[in-house]
Amino acid sequence: MKTTSRIYTALVFIFLFAPIAILLVFSFNESKSLSVFGGFSIKWYRELLHDEATLESVRNTLLLAVSAMVISTVMGTAAAVGIQKLRSKWLRTALSTATDIPMTNPDIITGISLMLMFVFVGRLFGLANSLSFWTMLIAHVTFCLPYVILQVLPRLRQMDPSLPEAAQDLGCPPLRAFFKVVLPEIRPGIVTGAIMAFTLSLDDFVISYFTSGAGFQTLPVRIYNMTKKTVTPKMYALATIIFFVILALLLISNLTDQNKKKPNQ
Amino acid sequence: MTGSGKMRRVVLAPYSLWALLFILVPLCFVAYYAFTDNSFAFTFDNILRFFTATSEVEGKQVYTYLLIFWRSLKLAVISTVICFLLGYPLAYFMARSSERRQKVMMTLIMIPMWMNFLIRTYAWMTILQDTGILNSALSAIGIGKLHIIGTESAVVIGMVYDYLPYMVLPIYSVMAKMDVKLLEAARDLGCNGMGVLKRVILPLSLPGVLSGVTMVLIPSVSTFYISQKLGNGKFFLIGDAIEGQYVANNLHFAAAMAFILMVILLVVMALMKRFTNKRVYGGGDSF
Amino acid sequence: MVNKCSKSDFAFKTLESRLCTDALSEEADRNQKEPQVMCQEGRSPVFLQSERFGGTLMKKIVELKNISKSFDGETVLDNINLDIYDNEFLTLLGPSGCGKTTTLRIIGGFEHPDQGDVIFMGERINDMPPHKRNVNTVFQKYAMFPHLNVFENIAFPLRERRVPKKTIEEKVHEMLSMVMLNGFDHRRVTSLSGGQQQRVAIARALIGQPKVLLLDEPLGALDLKLRKDMQQELKKIQKATGITFIFVTHDQEEALTMSDTIVVMSQGRIQQIGTPQDIYNEPKNAFVADFIGESNILDGTMLKDLMVRFSGTTFQCVDKGFAPQEPVDVVVRPEDVDIVAPEKGMLRGVVTSVTFIGVHYEVIVDIGGFKWMIQTTDYVGEGEYIGLYIEPDAIHIMKKSEYSGLYGDYSSFSNELDELSEPGEESEDYE
Repeated sequence: MKTTSRIYTALVFIFLFAPIAILLVFSFNESKSLSVFGGFSIKWYRELLHDEATLESVRNTLLLAVSAMVISTVMGTAAAVGIQKLRSKWLRTALSTATDIPMTNPDIITGISLMLMFVFVGRLFGLANSLSFWTMLIAHVTFCLPYVILQVLPRLRQMDPSLPEAAQDLGCPPLRAFFKVVLPEIRPGIVTGAIMAFTLSLDDFVISYFTSGAGFQTLPVRIYNMTKKTVTPKMYALATIIFFVILALLLISNLTDQNKKKPNQ
Repeated sequence: MTGSGKMRRVVLAPYSLWALLFILVPLCFVAYYAFTDNSFAFTFDNILRFFTATSEVEGKQVYTYLLIFWRSLKLAVISTVICFLLGYPLAYFMARSSERRQKVMMTLIMIPMWMNFLIRTYAWMTILQDTGILNSALSAIGIGKLHIIGTESAVVIGMVYDYLPYMVLPIYSVMAKMDVKLLEAARDLGCNGMGVLKRVILPLSLPGVLSGVTMVLIPSVSTFYISQKLGNGKFFLIGDAIEGQYVANNLHFAAAMAFILMVILLVVMALMKRFTNKRVYGGGDSF
Repeated sequence: MVNKCSKSDFAFKTLESRLCTDALSEEADRNQKEPQVMCQEGRSPVFLQSERFGGTLMKKIVELKNISKSFDGETVLDNINLDIYDNEFLTLLGPSGCGKTTTLRIIGGFEHPDQGDVIFMGERINDMPPHKRNVNTVFQKYAMFPHLNVFENIAFPLRERRVPKKTIEEKVHEMLSMVMLNGFDHRRVTSLSGGQQQRVAIARALIGQPKVLLLDEPLGALDLKLRKDMQQELKKIQKATGITFIFVTHDQEEALTMSDTIVVMSQGRIQQIGTPQDIYNEPKNAFVADFIGESNILDGTMLKDLMVRFSGTTFQCVDKGFAPQEPVDVVVRPEDVDIVAPEKGMLRGVVTSVTFIGVHYEVIVDIGGFKWMIQTTDYVGEGEYIGLYIEPDAIHIMKKSEYSGLYGDYSSFSNELDELSEPGEESEDYE
């Protein structure tokens, strides 16, 4: 039983990592081919470093992801606090439904719907092209918000509702009571929510595709445009770098997790 | 409380406004575009076109968009079923292994999710090509070449590959929380291995399965990149159709198709939610 | 109605002492070791009787005037009027949902009354937020700040007031020794037992020297033995500090043991205010009689002054001032009934069940279909035909009220079960 399960698990992981292994290997290909290995070289990496458009799209992606993360984390946390205190059942259901929409709707519909609105409103103001960094930011904040809210809300639920009251009772004004007592309690949820927002924004292609203008391209949109033409191993080099960055981040987060656990036992 | 009532309104206002402006209003725009023509006059044409437009395929007259929609649905359902069959045992094995191993496997599952799916899908193209790595390997060991790229199978492989983690994770998280004592109790009460699976594990993991199914079904029914690359553009899916109309700047028809897709998915989701509420404890709202 | 000193008075005292004896002996030891740190200048730690009982004239500290409150159209408090005096240990007692916690939260500033005024030391404080009120609360589940250690939890109010570091340290240590947690400074609050958290919560609420301490069922989560100890300790702290305690509980024994004054509440209304003795001996209506202790509550008719008829028999009693032939509720406490031979009995019936509960037997006797409960140290057998003898001062007459007839006899004797299944009132008054 145990060996069967191990073999099975291994096979599934081979399936999941086969393409990644392929692109790791072929990023070092001397030749231009993506399926025949013609000798080791790092020329595609060198070429990537000189590809201004791609590098700029990386910067754009990071800028967008950080902005979307900050805005959605602050607004989402505030929203979760508000929802938690909400007494009206009607409003609660309405907000819950609205929050569900970006998560259950296919990305393509979220993208199209925002695009249509931006185009329409842009036309009202006489803009030929209304899609820009700002429209993308709005779109990204929109699809990140639900994830932040759903990370923070359970933390608020688990918290003893008398904690903020106790702080006020002991002389804290309400806002300071929130920062001194509630925030430390829900911090793990906020951090997870922020990380989710960041990675979702970083990785999003479909919604970005519909809401990005000509002037502002993110990496996924850039990759899409690149794969429309013949692809060179340069793109694999890019993917390899992404892979190692993610690997490093995951390892670091795992290690810090373990370090955190040790002192508390 | 008057004081905190004011505060509640202050903290909730930005999000409420945001949800209204950027979630609900845009959906109204989809409907608005779907039912208007280029001069924004009311019309049913876009919707009708979806249901009635025909074209000739291999000498036969077919309903173009209905066929596309049918194909999207078919491939998405097949992919979802395969994801379930592949993912459920994996989630089960993961949940039952040691804590260290669970952590490693979680990380392994997450890495592909965080890598750009366009490049990973593209890599499949180079694997599945007629002159690709798979076929070179097959001919090297003496098996003939397989023609996969540009078939429905290739699209399904792509979907399963891209969305498998979304099936595994929710099932795994439900199973990891499952109390081992329950399984022992079931054994104690005379269930054999299969019985435990059928009568205890499966029903208890149902919420995870349902959320896994939604998380695979919805992106695969609406994808447009996988079919373009692995289907060689021969297997148009509903996503491709919408994207094509968008690129052609035919926004009203794109909106009409998005609208129809949305309505159908809404009905499916509502049915599933009812099913969940009935079968699984109360479910309901996400708040 | 006349004040009576009956057997039930005595019984009450035994009840009280039964609850306290174990704790008291320990208490004596502790008292010797421990300095009375919380004694404030000019305030006597000795208990003073409050004005409403004809004792020394005392200052009103909190006044609730015509307070009403409803949540979502459901009335939780219905015209509450209550004066609370300096130095008083006052208990709000009632079943879950009676509005006692809401009353407490209104005094704390966490809820605002729809109608009526909250007066604190002569000043109307309806709109004063909690952090400005000189009132502190010990919350039901203690509300320890999990990210702070014991020291920081207790120091919280002082830090808020920017008290100098050195003073904070001194004060916190003073409080720690008062609640007997010396050396716990750096422990995580999450690692403490329920009883220890309870002590930290009390220390934290008292360090700011509030005029009034509110305690919301603080002992509910503790096990029985610990609860009895804490009852004594709380009482001692209250006497030592001279701070007014307003204590919420649904446990009548707890209320009887600790309080100077008990306020019995039901359905958002105050049923009775009085000393524990008053409440026990002179319940105002059937609800109070039933809620406090055990009681046989019967339908009766007041024939004339000092003469009442119930169970088909006419009895001498000590109550007067009712209209002739006025229908009344009659209370007879189980410990005030003597079992005698049938021919000597004023009432006669068959024993249907006998339960031994340690100090005495609880005997259920069927008299004309009404099941009486009698507590006796004399054994009678099940099925035996016996007589009951009741002294005139054991009979307490109450005016008819909306609660008349709600509390019947002991035919479905399940009081113990009721108590066990009483929910912790965790959700009361939240949502």
